[in-house]
Amino acid sequence: MSTVAVLIDHRDGAVTRPSLEALTLARSLGTPVAVWLGAAPGADATAQLGEYGAAEVRVVDGDNLRLSARAAAAVGAASEDAAVLLMISTFVSKEIATRLALATGAGVVVDAAGAELVDGKVETLQTVFAATWNVRSRIESDKAIVGIRPNTTMAAPAQTPGAATVVDIQVDLPETRERVVAVEAVEQGDGVPLAEAPVVVSGGRGTGGDYGLVGELAELLGGAVGASRDATDEGWISHEHMVGQTGTTVTPALYVACGISGAVHHRGGMQASGTIVSINMDPDAPIFDISDFGVVGNLFDVVPQTIARIKEHRGS
Amino acid sequence: MRILVTVKHTPDLQSQRSFTDGHVTRSAEDGTMNELDENAVEAALQLVEAAGEGEVYALTVGGPDAVAAVRKALQLGAHHAIHVCDDAIAGSDVFGTAKVIAAAVTKVHEEAPLDLVITGMAALDGLTSMLPTALAAELDWSQLTLASALSVADGEATIERHLPDAHETLSAPLPAVVSVTDEANKPRYPNFKLIMAARKAPVAQWSLTDLGVDAATVGSGAARTSVVDASERPPRENRIKVTDTGDAGTQLADFLIEKGLA
Ligand SMILES: Cc1cc2nc3c(=O)[nH]c(=O)nc-3n(C[C@H](O)[C@H](O)[C@H](O)COP(=O)(O)OP(=O)(O)OC[C@H]3O[C@@H](n4cnc5c(N)ncnc54)[C@H](O)[C@@H]3O)c2cc1C
Repeated sequence: MSTVAVLIDHRDGAVTRPSLEALTLARSLGTPVAVWLGAAPGADATAQLGEYGAAEVRVVDGDNLRLSARAAAAVGAASEDAAVLLMISTFVSKEIATRLALATGAGVVVDAAGAELVDGKVETLQTVFAATWNVRSRIESDKAIVGIRPNTTMAAPAQTPGAATVVDIQVDLPETRERVVAVEAVEQGDGVPLAEAPVVVSGGRGTGGDYGLVGELAELLGGAVGASRDATDEGWISHEHMVGQTGTTVTPALYVACGISGAVHHRGGMQASGTIVSINMDPDAPIFDISDFGVVGNLFDVVPQTIARIKEHRGS
Repeated sequence: MRILVTVKHTPDLQSQRSFTDGHVTRSAEDGTMNELDENAVEAALQLVEAAGEGEVYALTVGGPDAVAAVRKALQLGAHHAIHVCDDAIAGSDVFGTAKVIAAAVTKVHEEAPLDLVITGMAALDGLTSMLPTALAAELDWSQLTLASALSVADGEATIERHLPDAHETLSAPLPAVVSVTDEANKPRYPNFKLIMAARKAPVAQWSLTDLGVDAATVGSGAARTSVVDASERPPRENRIKVTDTGDAGTQLADFLIEKGLA
């Protein structure tokens, strides 16, 4: 079986769930090897990568791996033998994929919801035009790079774990013209990051800036808090929470829209979600066109009742 | 300050967008300049206005209808317009497109040096955001992407960008390829005088031969990926809509519980 490299996303030394999803998908395409940028993973993370099938954990450490040209060189060195390279689709990984493709001649599909081998070539599935169309693409080149969206594969440990042998990869990273002048880490709350969350509860202009109920429902459902552009523009909630075509694209199993009209820009970032539920006072709000369950009503009446009923159900 | 802005002709977001033969259907009627490119034009105009001198070139690559995109840029205040149009370009992937744009940028740059190429953060029809990086790599220029703020001083461009995990400040020497987000500025509206002038303004038409690009290296034949199937997703079935008369919140909870989602 051919080698399938997976660029692992990690936070505070822990493997993120989308990376486990990508490893799971990689097993259906060949033999997964994990590519780890930065200081080598600890024993727990290495063991987990093995559980999800990684035969090797290839570590490339170096300065300024935030710059895409350097990251691309690092990933390239660690995935030379791989016919397929999977990454989690993010703005940064798309840049790495682009640089690497130019260096290697690989074909690239990003924002994919799945990938499979058909007659020896990688085919991918995507949803486009605000998730109103399904597209199947074929990567014709010998090397394929695929950016996978979180929540599109069910992460599951391998039946036979991989050896997860740690291999240090030495590579001279290129000098870049770009300089990192400052990096300020964004405070990550306790909850799951928006892009990875299995449930997203979003509030828009209709919240009037009060995210108490939205936050409470999100916590109850084990989800993350999202927002519309109008809400982040108002400064009610930080930019990182924005869902939409120019914000974060989310595909959770459940999306709850509270006081969001459903503008095309917003829909583009959430329309591929599993189940969509919305609460809006305007019966003609476009969000209802894509909602599995819509409530025409005031979110300040409806949401507390929903929270109470769920708590009551769990208590019983 | 000399800046080239890339603009793309894309189907209007509010229109019925679709695929024909594996490619995005484009037509003159519902096509427009990619909304996010307005921010790129605006960023260029602001830099030139602040410098008190300079010129903005708008460049598009596409079929005959794509000229509408550079005309829109002229209406906003761009000084020159270039339309690269060649049947051989049809079906190019991002790498083919980047090669063509890089050749056109080089042609302008050789006439008189450019300081910046500014692009939008993504095209709202494809949204891959890969073009700015591919273009910077092709040109071997500095790459500064996803700028929510951009400034130029002492031969360097500096941007701020907001990634989910960090806010970064990056600097790089000119010439640079910069992509700007929709938070970088508020695009202006075209004014009447410019709208009238844009109608008559000349648009340079360049072919692959003019650019010295080998037709075999672009277009669908050179594309590394191809669409094998595209189909419209069926609308969601069995949708429920209730009007709150006092217990809709409970009904909503029961729906979630029944679906195993709560
Ligand atoms: C280039 C560009 C990119 C953009 N990108 C994005 C993006 O990525 N993401 C994004 O979200 N937007 C984006 N936008 C903005 C987008 O077009 C809309 O303006 C925005 O999504 C609207 O936010 P909203 O739904 O919160 O506000 P509104 O459209 O004002 O809707 C508020 C809704 O709340 C309802 N409401 C009010 N009070 C209550 C109440 N008490 N209970 C229940 N319902 C109530 C109202 O009926 C209304 O439907 C973009 C715009 C542009 C031009």
